[in-house]
Amino acid sequence: MSDHPTPPDHADPDSGERRILTPGTPNPRREFLRSAALFTATAGALGGGLELLTRRPGGPGSAEAQVAAFTRPARPLGPYDTSEAVTPYAQATSYNNFYEFGLDKSDPARMAASLKTRPWTVRIDGEVRKPMTVDIDTLQGWFPLEDRVYRMRCVEGWSMVMPWLGFPLAALIRRMEPTSKAKYVQFTALLDPKQFPGQRQPVLKWPYVEGLRLDEALHPLAFMAVGLDGRVLPGQNGAPLRLAVPWKYGFKSIKSVVRITLTEKQPQTTWALAAPQEYGFYANVNPAVPHPRWSQATERRIGELGRRKTLPFNGYAEQVAGLYKGMDLRRFF
Amino acid sequence: MGGLLPAAVLIADALSGQLGANPIQRATLQTGLLTLALLVLSLACTPLRLLTGWTWPARIRKALGLLAFAYGVLHFLIYLLDHSFDLTLMTEDVLKRPFITAGFTALLLLVPLALTSTPRAVKRLGFQRWTRLHQLAYVAVSLGALHYYWGVKKDHTQPLIYAAVIAALFAVRLLRRSPARRAASARTR
Repeated sequence: MSDHPTPPDHADPDSGERRILTPGTPNPRREFLRSAALFTATAGALGGGLELLTRRPGGPGSAEAQVAAFTRPARPLGPYDTSEAVTPYAQATSYNNFYEFGLDKSDPARMAASLKTRPWTVRIDGEVRKPMTVDIDTLQGWFPLEDRVYRMRCVEGWSMVMPWLGFPLAALIRRMEPTSKAKYVQFTALLDPKQFPGQRQPVLKWPYVEGLRLDEALHPLAFMAVGLDGRVLPGQNGAPLRLAVPWKYGFKSIKSVVRITLTEKQPQTTWALAAPQEYGFYANVNPAVPHPRWSQATERRIGELGRRKTLPFNGYAEQVAGLYKGMDLRRFF
Repeated sequence: MGGLLPAAVLIADALSGQLGANPIQRATLQTGLLTLALLVLSLACTPLRLLTGWTWPARIRKALGLLAFAYGVLHFLIYLLDHSFDLTLMTEDVLKRPFITAGFTALLLLVPLALTSTPRAVKRLGFQRWTRLHQLAYVAVSLGALHYYWGVKKDHTQPLIYAAVIAALFAVRLLRRSPARRAASARTR
């Protein structure tokens, strides 16, 4: 095709032909060549310009994307594991929403090297008998690490299956010894624009804050992950410590946690502050409550072309529906 | 012809897996952006000619408009593919969600413009009526920008840049028109 955005040298006449032309006289051949060159130039400019405009650099780590689907080595499935096919590691680590790194889904993987996860401390405070600041390695050494294969449903309408490695949040909370006033758990992510270039833009109110009701946090499904696919958690997936609450939309599962505070009042969470009509505090996966701009009835599992039906509480209704008895989940979305 | 290059790249990307983990979403976004950008470019032709005196913008205006329409249709088809060509779902989306309503209306408004893009249509409609009909492009591009604005989850920088460019292009037209009008009304007095 002649509309390739390279200098239009092939539209130039070859020197033999050029010698025949007498300068000054209108020549149909020269006219033709002139317009051909013009055509190629505009086509190149237009095509190239639009291409630059609409194509985001990055994408999946192209080398990694070629790696065959990674499956976890066989092990007995626990009571909360899904047996659905695990999302290939390359995709689970290259398609991420992590606005601290940037808005595009390819930004986190590209920028994650700027995040330094050691040394890393976690502050535990609020309505607890033992407030403390603890090193991440000490903290994760308190608990035997478990595998959990969880579905993850993003509020944007896509989903993955994530093989987390970590420990139940309940174990950590019990160790903190909540006082009788503790009703909620507030999580705070790292605030450091040097490591999180996305925080230089006031896209969201930084630092990112999320929260759970105490009974939700004590549910055995609520999980703190420090690893993925048997490896140390990559930066783009929320290293070194992140929450995984699989019955809620993905944005509830805060990444790169530096502080866990037990509170009496419901925390003001980042997305609920940013767009309260779109993202509520509870954010339970609910196919019956559409997002204002799209239906939540279906989702695309990453790696599949079609859509599948979204299940109430992301398929964990049997385990967690009881937490919301008597609540109007259309109001408390 | 050159404007079809992004489509070719899109197809090549899709075939080689370069569209990432969620190729349909990416293709939707890219075709949508192309539609809006081409519409804006087609609307930039007249102001550009007025400001610079160049004639080539006027000559490529129609091609840009038709390309915009083609990418708009492609954008819509990918949306339909995303919803497994379920027309009930689509109707529901169009009726219930202003974000989709705006985009769909913008595309519908472009249909008569594309159909009357031939010199014969200009002759049949008469230049005045044809021009008035093609002013629908202003509505379509505004709805397109609104659709983009509503479609973005956070950071509205890009949609606002489009909106600003569109506003500037409208402003040039208005400023150009008002002296002419003043002159015209002065003459009738």
